[in-house]
Amino acid sequence: MTAPAEAVPAPLEAPSYLQVESGLWSWLNTRDHKRIGVMFLATVTGMFLIGGCFALALRTELLTPNRTIMDATTYDRMFTLHGVTMVWLFLVPSIPTSFGNFLLPIQLGARDLAFPKLNLMSFYTFVLGAAITFGGMIAGGTDTGWTFYAPYADATPTDVVPVVIGIFTLGMSSIFSGVNFIATTHLMRARGLGWSNLPLFVWTIYGTSVIMVLATPVLGMALALVGLDHALHLGIFNPAVGGDPVLFQHIFWFYSHPAVYIMILPAMGVVIEVVPTFAHRRVSSYVAVAVSTVGIAFVGFLTWGHHMFVSGMSTFDAGVFGIMSMFVAIFSAIKVFTWVGTLYRGHIQVRTPLVYFFGFLFLFVFGGMTGVALATQALDVHWTDTYFVVAHFHFIMVGGSVTAFLAALHYWFPKMFGRLYDERVGMLSATAVFIGFVLTFLTQFLLGNMGMPRRYYSYPPRFQFLHVLSTGGAWLLGGAVLLALGNLLVALRWGEKAPPNPWHSRGFEWLVSSPPPKHNFSTTPRLDFSPYDYSMTEEEARERAGVG
Amino acid sequence: MSEPALGEQFHDLERQAATLRFGMWIFLVSEILLFAALFTLYAAYRTMFSEDFREGVLHNTFAYGTANLFILLTSSLTASLALYGARRDRRRWTGLMLVATAALGLAFIAVKLTEYGKHVEEGSTPGPWYHYAELPTFGGNRFFTMYWGMTGFHVLHLAAGVLVVSWMAVRAFKGHYTARYHVKLEMGTLYWSLVDLMWIFLWTILYLS
Repeated sequence: MTAPAEAVPAPLEAPSYLQVESGLWSWLNTRDHKRIGVMFLATVTGMFLIGGCFALALRTELLTPNRTIMDATTYDRMFTLHGVTMVWLFLVPSIPTSFGNFLLPIQLGARDLAFPKLNLMSFYTFVLGAAITFGGMIAGGTDTGWTFYAPYADATPTDVVPVVIGIFTLGMSSIFSGVNFIATTHLMRARGLGWSNLPLFVWTIYGTSVIMVLATPVLGMALALVGLDHALHLGIFNPAVGGDPVLFQHIFWFYSHPAVYIMILPAMGVVIEVVPTFAHRRVSSYVAVAVSTVGIAFVGFLTWGHHMFVSGMSTFDAGVFGIMSMFVAIFSAIKVFTWVGTLYRGHIQVRTPLVYFFGFLFLFVFGGMTGVALATQALDVHWTDTYFVVAHFHFIMVGGSVTAFLAALHYWFPKMFGRLYDERVGMLSATAVFIGFVLTFLTQFLLGNMGMPRRYYSYPPRFQFLHVLSTGGAWLLGGAVLLALGNLLVALRWGEKAPPNPWHSRGFEWLVSSPPPKHNFSTTPRLDFSPYDYSMTEEEARERAGVG
Repeated sequence: MSEPALGEQFHDLERQAATLRFGMWIFLVSEILLFAALFTLYAAYRTMFSEDFREGVLHNTFAYGTANLFILLTSSLTASLALYGARRDRRRWTGLMLVATAALGLAFIAVKLTEYGKHVEEGSTPGPWYHYAELPTFGGNRFFTMYWGMTGFHVLHLAAGVLVVSWMAVRAFKGHYTARYHVKLEMGTLYWSLVDLMWIFLWTILYLS
């Protein structure tokens, strides 16, 4: 195919989305997906820091076998605060609402998302949900853990209701964003952009959105009913009046297990954009990545029972759920092989995002393998409700999602803000994040295997050494994250100006200037080639897209 | 008649309409899953307390539920007729049909409230307020708790629908829906049909023995 004849190349440089309007109101009332993405990014990063402070308080309390800095009830509320903040206010929205919002339309060659007003509404719904949740936490707090298991959630003297209403509201925000992303992916693609050359990040955001739209309402209903149970004593999940608490677990995990893939699929999407860019090589198998993305999104709906092996499930059911869970491992393994295969014989350029990827790779594989072990009924019974489970899901959720979030932040930072950051500090902080993380959670695998139960305030003195190591790791991790964010904040003000394509990627988002103009592309591009084709030069790709 | 607004992210009205319609369908799928959680609970409790649930259905007033079924089916007809009117640029017809739809929605709510009144009187109320003499069992309590939960949730959706349809009626009289562009009317009637469809299922499991 020949390049479309563009008589006039890009006219005068259009002002960037950051400059086109100014003033606080122009941000608060914007419809621009990029600005909304940046607002989400700032919000979820703030949530991450708050959740991190709770985590550090918890770890500090656990330095000694008994009371260190807080009493038992405060500790119970604190781990609930930590879980609720990290899961619902950070991990679930993190990558889709920030980078997904910012990048999806650009990678599709569109001017904006399908429903810009809905997008803004999603942001404010999120802020409202966060405000209600925090309001509830400050007013009384709750001690149920982030899982709100009945019948304890019905009976606890702490105040469950506002927190539940807050999370319900956050769920609405998720659904709005999911609907928007799905409609945009289907109907807003540029000419020539089909399902076989869609950027893989879009595939993962699409898969995530499907989960958001299908699973979130079920969670919303489960939490609404727990709230009603607590407030009105309807006893829907209360065995004292004939209710069945295990039903709550089924409905809760029907969402909350796929929610794990809401957290990890976008992370995988980030990785598959980062790796080809820094290996300067096409993705080793596009089809394998796309199919495994959809595969995980689908199978993720059929594995919820592996959270309930000790809730009175038959051996046969447990076996079926165990086997379904292994399918996730197969799809994940396909992804791991494509990432590594892409690096093989590439012209690898080690930059901060790639350092995060190396950490991600180890943590994800390690976390995933322990997940397979946990999905095996015989082993799970021994490890249920111990630190082993805590360590496993932190490897996936923090080791996977958070390192990918930080990788994305460093990878797209020049695109979003038009500045370059200090690579040395970036790489140093990435390495420190990895070391801090391993120190924090590898010790927890050992603790769990020795029998340390999760959510306990006190423990026998023989566990203290490992607890102290874990706490030390947590402080290192906290410091490393602050260093990484500080580096970016400095770059925002004093960083060198970024060229449109500082990494020499072929990804479509790098065709536009850094930061992009309000409507992304000055002319409608033709994207009838692969965003991972390194046989073309950058100029050839630009010409072929018709962006000058 | 006013010109339909083309969002700056779109190139033409056809694509904009197709996108809005598609987005609405995705949203409706999400709504169905919201109800699915309740239907799942109902199925589970019906399995646990099958005898009491059968009794519970018998103690419900078939006439109220069925009257409401016909009211909602008719309202779906008027909603479709409104769409028919918009496709032919008959603004008054469209507006009147939407008014009829909203009125039927209000009639549904009126019947439902009357029925709730009957439940309160006889004590077939949810959870801790349950003191129904004819079915003094855990299972009876579970049935009527689910009944209140499901119908209450449905009636909230219906009330939201009445607001949407009334708003659309005003827009229709003002001539916002033309034969060329009336996708928002289509979206509203889709939502209305879903609420109607839900009642068909609720009627089946709560009133038919």
